[in-house]
Formats: sequence, C-alpha cells, structure tokens
Amino acid sequence: MTLKTILTGAVMALGLTAAGAQAQDDTTKVGFIYVGPIGDGGWTYEHDQGRLAVEEHFGDQVETVYQESVPEGADAQRAITQMALNGADLIFTTSFGFMDPTLAVAKKFPNVKFEHATGYKTAPNVSTYSARFYEGRAIQGHIAGKMTKSNIVGYIASYPIPEVIRGINAAFIHARKVNPDVEFKIIWAYTWFDPAKEADAATALIEQGADVILQHTDSTAPQAAAEKAGDVVTFGQASDMAEYKPFPRVSSIIDDWKPYYIARTQAVIDGTWTSQQVWDGIGPGMVGIGEITEAVPADVRDEALALKEAIASGEYHPFTGPLKKQDGSDWLADGETADDGTLLGMDFYVEGLNAEIPQ
Amino acid sequence: MDLSSINPILLLASIMAASTPILLAAIGELIVERSGVLNLGVEGMMITGAICGFAIAVGTGSPAIGFIGGAVGGALLSLLFALLTQVALANHVASGLALTLFGLGLSSLLGQGYVGVKPPPTPKLDIPVLGDIPLLGPILFSHDLMVYVALALVAGVWAMLKYSRAGLILRAVGENHDAAHALGYKVVRVRIAAIAFGGACAGLGGAYLSLVRVPQWTEGMTAGIGWIALALVVFASWKAGRVLLGAWLFGGVSVLQLNLQAAGVAIPVEYLSMSPYVITILVLVIMSADKSRAPASLGRIFHASQ
Repeated sequence: MTLKTILTGAVMALGLTAAGAQAQDDTTKVGFIYVGPIGDGGWTYEHDQGRLAVEEHFGDQVETVYQESVPEGADAQRAITQMALNGADLIFTTSFGFMDPTLAVAKKFPNVKFEHATGYKTAPNVSTYSARFYEGRAIQGHIAGKMTKSNIVGYIASYPIPEVIRGINAAFIHARKVNPDVEFKIIWAYTWFDPAKEADAATALIEQGADVILQHTDSTAPQAAAEKAGDVVTFGQASDMAEYKPFPRVSSIIDDWKPYYIARTQAVIDGTWTSQQVWDGIGPGMVGIGEITEAVPADVRDEALALKEAIASGEYHPFTGPLKKQDGSDWLADGETADDGTLLGMDFYVEGLNAEIPQ
Repeated sequence: MDLSSINPILLLASIMAASTPILLAAIGELIVERSGVLNLGVEGMMITGAICGFAIAVGTGSPAIGFIGGAVGGALLSLLFALLTQVALANHVASGLALTLFGLGLSSLLGQGYVGVKPPPTPKLDIPVLGDIPLLGPILFSHDLMVYVALALVAGVWAMLKYSRAGLILRAVGENHDAAHALGYKVVRVRIAAIAFGGACAGLGGAYLSLVRVPQWTEGMTAGIGWIALALVVFASWKAGRVLLGAWLFGGVSVLQLNLQAAGVAIPVEYLSMSPYVITILVLVIMSADKSRAPASLGRIFHASQ
C-alpha cells in the first residue's frame, strides 16, 4: 500500500516536472496516438497529415511525437501515459476506442491537455472533436443510389458505434430517395484496419451482387477488390484514395484535421485552451468531398455537388423528416431536423434498412 | 434471411484462396518446430515477404519473380533469427518476438515508396478440360498457381516427415538433439535449414497477401495472421494434414461468416465474428485427443559441449 502510494506519487511528480520542464523551454510538445499505421492510406494517414501540418506551421516552436498502431483498450492507456510522462503538453488520441483510456490518463495529468477524436466524454482537460462524416455519406448515398444497376449496395462497417450507424443511415436515406428499389447489405468487420479481411468482405459483397461498395474501414483493400471485379463502384474513406481514380473510386470523403490541429496547438501555446466539444462538417471544411470523377454521369455529379452546397450552407440537413425508425415508429416529423444529441448517440436504423445492428 | 444470394461455387473458390497465406506460413512453421526451434517471428517474416514480393513484382513486372523474391526475403530475415538462436544461443522466444517487431519496422521502411502502387496481376491458371468441368472446375481448377504450390508443399512436407530419411533426421533433431548429435547428425545445420525453409514459406504467404489476396501494399497488412498460423501449428499437433484442415477451416469459416452477414442471416454478428477462431480451435482440440505432443526439444537451446 505504502509502496503503491510512493510509486504513484513518483509517477505524478515525474509527470509534473516533465510538463514543467517543457513549459520552461519554449517548445510545445504535441503527441498523437494512432490506431493504425500512418501508411494506411485512410484514417490514420489523414491524422498524420494534420501532425505534419502542425510541424510545418509552427516550425521550431513545436515538437511532435506520435505512436502508431496502438490497440484500442487497456494497452492504449499505457501508450498515452508514456507520452504524457515524456512531457507532451497536448495529446490527440485519434480513435473512438481510446475514449476511456484518455479520460483515465487525463485524470492523472491535470496539466496536460487531451483531445479525443469521435468520442463523447469530456473533462476539464479533455476536449472532443469529430467531423460530421454523415454529411459526406449523404452525398455518397445519392451517387450510390444513382449508380447501382443491381440495386444492391454493399457496406463494410467496422464497429457498431453511433458514428458508423449514422453513416449507414445517412447513406441509405439518400440512396433510397433517388432509387426506391435500393437495398443495403451490411458486413460488420469488427476491425478498423485489416486489409485481408476488408478485401474478403468486399469480395463477399460483390459475389452477392453488390455493384457499389461503401466502406467505413481504414485501408484501401476494398478499392483493390472492386478494381479486380471490374465493374464495381467505390468511394474513398477518410482519405482521397486518389490512386484508385477515376474508377472504381468515383468520389471520397476526406477528413481534414489540419486547421483544427493548428488551432488547438496555438491555443495551448497561448494558454487559451479550454475544454470543448467540436463537431464540424462540410461547411467549416473539416469534411471534404474528393473529386467526383468522369465515371459518374454529368447530371448525377451536378446533383451531388448541389447537395454538397446545400449541406455546406446549412440550408439542408441530411437527417430531415419525415423519417421513421426501422421499427416503424416516428422519428422526425415533416421538415424537422435531427438534434445533435440523438445523432451522437444514434443506435437505431431508419425505416427500410433490412438488417439488424449487433447489440 | 436470403441464403440463395450466396453462390456456393464462388464461395468455395474464395475459401481456397483465403486459406492460402495462413496455410503457407503454418506449413513452414511446422517444419521449424519439428526441428525443435520455436520461431515466434512468423508475423515479421510474412510482412517482410509481403513487401519484398510486392516490390520485386512491381519492379520486374512479373508476379512469379515477385513470389520468389518474397520467399527469399522471408528466408533472409529468418537467417537473422538462425544467427541469434543457433550461433549466439539466444533465447528462442525473445529472439522470435524481436524478429516480428523488426520485420514490421523493416517492412514499413522498405514499403515507403510503394503505398498506392498496383502490382502486376497474377494470372489464374486456365487448365483446359479440367477447368470446364461443371461445379468442380471453378472450385478446384481455376486458381492461381500459388494455391496449388501451397497444397503441393503440404503434401511434400507430409511425405517427407513420414517416409524420407531427411524427415527422420529432422524429427530426431527435434525430439532429442543430444541423441541426434551423438549419432553424428549436424543439429545446428539441420535447424538452420529448417528455419530458412520456414522463413521462405512465411515470405511466400506474405507475398500471396500483397500480390493476390488484397492486392496492394499497406503497412501492417498481415494484421496478426502470422500469429494465427503459429497457433494453428500447435492446435494441429504438429501434423501436416491437420494444418491443412485447420487452415481450410479457419479461412473457410472466415469467408463464410462474411457471406452469411451479407446475406442477413439471423445469427448475431458477434457469434459469426468469433466463429472462425472457436470452430478451428474446437475441431483441432478434439482431434488432438490422441495424445499427440510437442517435439521434445522444442525451444531448447543446443550446444555440442553440453
């Protein structure tokens, strides 16, 4: 017991002195915890682009460190603690599964600022930030509904968390709007990153008749599988995945974290950092829509771009009523839009989806 | 539920392809462990094989040369392990873990310029007559060459262990290296050869991933498959036939569960996701009730003076 107390004290003291020492010299240390390798071509790649932008913007003022392929769960806590002990002033933890480990470490290091991506729990020194990916999903759904000939759209989902369910719903609503016969086939991969499994999932969907594949996993493997099949449409996820242009990749959702990372680093340098919850979409530029290629007919492209404009200007919300839940109960009345609370905790499908969410 | 949307012929054909990387890695590790060496570096050798094979296939435009390159890459990396454990007499477990970490790092270094590059396509063998047989044709005779190479390797390993003198020596070294040494067999040389063979097989498995199954280079793309191959060898009681069965089961159930999900079968997804692991382990554990055991010298360090 005593030993434990002493050790905890020592760890705390070490952390504080380390943080203090960093504050004295002029460099601010910014840490990043990644869930996949920086070369995944998707999610983690874009976060690392954000890190590089911070380095470029601040030059010698800022030092960045990162750790890649950190598993979600208990081991993440060790990685984050290590980074805090090494004197990081600001730590970005960039995956949903880092939520509780981030909170736990933040409690032990009150002087270090934490930013957790895609989560919903905050603390005095923990902010959350996320992008409204569902706005991009709505545009993908629109193109998917128009492009499918078999009327089967395959969806490679990762984990059954609100963010992923929101994406499925947004895409489905807009696919159905332009094509009442469209059906979604959903595979839960239970991984963010496993190229072989993602390729197998894409192949399974294609073999079952899907000719449009949407993915919510991080690697480009489904793009390669679609390319091999020849006539299957895909969309870049998290990153542009431009190497599969102009076909099978016909458009993409691009996460742009650069301005946010620079702004938050600046806030730490200025001492103006406060805990907040940020959720930005296409309008402020956190979600980008990659070039819609010439493989998409011109009229569909124009519609998609018009939809993008309407969402960006705030004139149109992707979840606008009338909408019912899957069980047939009313959700949104005509013209009503979904509130952020419901969206952040979304655990239901909308009417028409023929699948079940794993519980 | 709509099972009719699953095409059984396409499903069986993709199972054959999905099992190949794990089968290649496991059959190599089987030989290594049968010689009394525990190499935990399979994951590292696979991913090194994946990038070496990929880079060479892209450079030469020939997938065949790429596969050879993958095997050579895996074998070279495994020789580092051989140096540590057979010459420097380091601990097998620690060296193997280090090899995996090193392989992962090395592969991402080598792969810097290859993200987003497309490899030359590996042609499927079009076997005349056989490939046209209804049902069996597409399932058995419409794959790329590597699928058959993997199967031939399994048959070869099985026959060598069971019938050949070389197999007898390998087993002797693995069961009791002191006795084998006393009989005049070169324990260290046999083990180095086994380690290199295991490395080459793991490299081939990795190259199959990056050239055929995925096909592209992505950092960390093996995503733990080397560890599964390693576990498979143990659960298969160090027998070649069971490794084949285990690899087919694992690959088969993995692909099948994705198909069942897409077809909307009313089994909870959590059970489907864990099914490849559960079913493979169950079947192999039940089969190993026949008192099969590990090679007696497995993981022990040998030096002629002891």
